[in-house]
Amino acid sequence: MRSDPPPPPDRSETGQSGAPELELGWRAREVEQELPELRLVVAQTRVGRPGSVLAGSPSGIEGRLHELSNRFRGARAVAVRREPVPAAYRVFFRHIGLDPDVVRTPIEEAALERMLHGGFLSGGLLEDILLIALVDTGVPVWALDSEAVDGPLGIRSSSEGEPLGRSSGAPLLPTGRLVVADASTALAVLFGELAPGHEVSAGTSGLTLFAIQVSGVPSLYVEEALWTCRAALEGP
Amino acid sequence: MTQSGLVIDRDRSEIGETAVTGGHWVEVGERDARYALKTQIGRLERELSAIVADAFPHISPELTDAQREAIGGPCLLTLEELERTRDRLAGRLQDMRRLAAHRVEYERSSRELLERMKLEPGRYKFVRLPVRDLGQGGCGVWEVRPRLGLIGMLAGWWQVKLSSGCPLLEGPRVRAAPGSSSLTQRHRATLERNVARRHLV
Repeated sequence: MRSDPPPPPDRSETGQSGAPELELGWRAREVEQELPELRLVVAQTRVGRPGSVLAGSPSGIEGRLHELSNRFRGARAVAVRREPVPAAYRVFFRHIGLDPDVVRTPIEEAALERMLHGGFLSGGLLEDILLIALVDTGVPVWALDSEAVDGPLGIRSSSEGEPLGRSSGAPLLPTGRLVVADASTALAVLFGELAPGHEVSAGTSGLTLFAIQVSGVPSLYVEEALWTCRAALEGP
Repeated sequence: MTQSGLVIDRDRSEIGETAVTGGHWVEVGERDARYALKTQIGRLERELSAIVADAFPHISPELTDAQREAIGGPCLLTLEELERTRDRLAGRLQDMRRLAAHRVEYERSSRELLERMKLEPGRYKFVRLPVRDLGQGGCGVWEVRPRLGLIGMLAGWWQVKLSSGCPLLEGPRVRAAPGSSSLTQRHRATLERNVARRHLV
């Protein structure tokens, strides 16, 4: 089920300088036909903050998490599955063979963690920023080390025994698994784990952020999620 | 076959017209059927979510172990797999509707019981009715108790009382001994509040 070579990415947004800001990832033909409203939106960014992105968050980010914890209470955690954006991801999970009551959608997973721990706990700068974007918009964002990405990202089905990532001990994928891939390798299972060795590490300075847009999720929300991450990573 | 209908005529969809898209022959009928199934799955999922959210925490979307094991990773589903997903979801929705209806009936009968307890407490001695059974949140319990304890029991003076809220996590509050510092501090704080209020008036 390996797809054709990826076509060049679409440019969805351009910044004021004319440099590409957000890109649409490619989709394999069978994915495009079966899930026409599925989009992979990609943003490149460089860390502008001093220190590692895996280190502890500055007080501003932690304060934001605290504020979100106060806003996100039990009543909302229960009702989150009825909100338009989380509901769209639940429906999409069903469409790709996942049961959102077993494999929770990212926002519901965050809501559960919030309830279990009594708040959104800080897990380091990058994790906190991705969590803030998720809770604010309902759109999950993932981050890869830009240096470990080879060419534009896209969505395709995996082939039998294909490794998840380029590292020597990479887990093997079964046939037909939907993955986010670069030009040569699967880098993440859709809504799942990132390939080992391709995640952001302590020394990472360039990040490839990506979000998955599904039917029912307005583009504005996806862009907002990515912009939130970029702004928080680039600026103090 | 209709795109919004609940029933899909698979025989018709399989012999639907075909089209050439990017060099690949695509069964237009099957694609339409898949689209219709996805629409149905979306509708069922939203209804299921609404029931779970409305009836929380009395109705849970917990799955059996067998159902959990049947879940694989993300992939493109075939028509048959989509049909199975739709059927499973429809089955669960039916179960949830039944549970929700049962719950509504249970709460209605609990409210009736409370009314009867209030009207004739003597007939419902020591009956306890948690407010959760009435569809309300909290830990309160309606209970028919004798007024003035033993005297009320002997005299037949019964009343319906609502207990206070949820127990504290750290257990019952420790009563301070008379003259202890905490009591003195609390007493002083109350006095200061009263004085301040008097000044405001």
